Amino acid sequence: MSTPASTPGSMRGGRGAAGLARTVLPPVLLGVVAILLWQGFVTVLAVKPFILPGPFAIGEQFTANLQNVVNGMVVTGRNALIGLVLGAIVGVLLAILSALLRILDEMAAPIVAAFAVVPIVALAPVLYTMFGANAETARQLVAALAVFVPVYFNTLKGLRMVRPVHRDLMRSYAASSWQATKTVTLPTAVPFVFTGLRIASSLAVISALIAEYFGGPVGGLGKSITSAASSSNYGLAWAYVLGSIILGLLFYCAALGLEKLVSRSAPA
Amino acid sequence: MTTAAAPVEHAVAVNAVSRVFAGRKGASVTALDAVSLTVAPGEFVSLIGPSGCGKSTLLRLIADLDTPTSGSIEVFGKTARQARIDQDYGIAFQQAGLLPWRTVAGNIELPLELHGTGKAARRERAAELIELVGLSDFAGHYPDQLSGGMQQRVAIARSLAESPSLLLMDEPFGALDEMTRERMQNELVRICAETSAAVVFVTHSIPEAVFLSNRVVVMSPRPGRIRDVLSVNLGRMSDRGENLREDEDFFHSVSQVRELLHGSASTGARGVETR
Repeated sequence: MSTPASTPGSMRGGRGAAGLARTVLPPVLLGVVAILLWQGFVTVLAVKPFILPGPFAIGEQFTANLQNVVNGMVVTGRNALIGLVLGAIVGVLLAILSALLRILDEMAAPIVAAFAVVPIVALAPVLYTMFGANAETARQLVAALAVFVPVYFNTLKGLRMVRPVHRDLMRSYAASSWQATKTVTLPTAVPFVFTGLRIASSLAVISALIAEYFGGPVGGLGKSITSAASSSNYGLAWAYVLGSIILGLLFYCAALGLEKLVSRSAPA
Repeated sequence: MTTAAAPVEHAVAVNAVSRVFAGRKGASVTALDAVSLTVAPGEFVSLIGPSGCGKSTLLRLIADLDTPTSGSIEVFGKTARQARIDQDYGIAFQQAGLLPWRTVAGNIELPLELHGTGKAARRERAAELIELVGLSDFAGHYPDQLSGGMQQRVAIARSLAESPSLLLMDEPFGALDEMTRERMQNELVRICAETSAAVVFVTHSIPEAVFLSNRVVVMSPRPGRIRDVLSVNLGRMSDRGENLREDEDFFHSVSQVRELLHGSASTGARGVETR
């Protein structure tokens, strides 16, 4: 058995600069074409800015008010991040408990499903009254709730994915239930947790932003969009929308990067 | 691993064991019916029979992964449960069952780690075993970078980690191709000669059972019973090698097992799986 049955598959995944260009270039080209078409459409048909401002006007507003937009992104982003961390921690912990105690799972499943459909519109004003209109707490809780649901369900699913052969193995080693959880159950669930986090990341931003519509302090992206629109500054409103998109993408890409990093260090 | 005062006569003693699986609405399946079997220390015993004859069930009962409906099982004079808790056996399954997030070395160290062996000792033992199964160049690889045969070798190394005096193997080569399979068999014979552990080996391959075993236990299905036990006199483990497969006695034993498997009616002329 000195000669291996086959050489192991190479782990090198680099496709080179040409491959990268081929993945990046088409969407960029499409984006440029779409923006030009949009601008052409607005200019040629002389669309009023309150209906749809042109992308150049939005870009102009965006650069002119860059500091304000970035400030808004920081406020909303901070709320979303706190909500994301909070919701993820609670989601993972509760999922572990549910996996250990069948009864808890049966009790929690309908409640978590109910959480999933709680409308932010209804919840946010209630939370503002509870925590005061000057605090960001309500927004962070709204984001946490939105994050909790996908993280909980994905983690619970991952915890159930332990292969029977691994379970037998742990029993044959007379491993304690904590040892089995630590060595087999949790590592099996990790990729699922990160999938849940990826889904939750953009939800956190959207929820934190929407929650701003229903009260609380000014400064966030949601409040800025409404106030710019109500003062008929549509270009600026759209500039804040652009900021929201960038923020959402940032969160999503960070979660995606984290997921890739984890699945690489632990090839599944 | 405890040192018994009185010398232990049997590695495994199965005494009138039955296992009935409860089905839906009162229907039940008798997987094993009053099976008795003993395995001596250092002896290699194969369990062979068609699917559903309860050979895997018997192995799982010995491993205390399942409990018998009636009858008793002793492993080195203790209950199967105590033997499991004392880690008196090593086990390998048809699926290698490696943890994909651990390297080859990490997988082999797993049982040692769970039972509190120090880091340095773990490293040393893993290196020894990796050498034994011929994977020295792959210690840092992950399971998904290895072929099926290599994964199974890691699983076998893992089952040997704590130098058990009993090895339980449930069709460990069942998913491998013929050539890899024969090489693994040669390897297992060598390892058994070196470790002098008793082995209970489940298989559905006649030549495999004959090549490896001191005794072949032929089982029949529905309900699972032991039909016959055949002693294979092909010499000591350490003397068995590749040329044994061409030996006259080997062929003779193979056709004996085949006749036992098919009952007296057929004499092996029919299309029999000869893996």
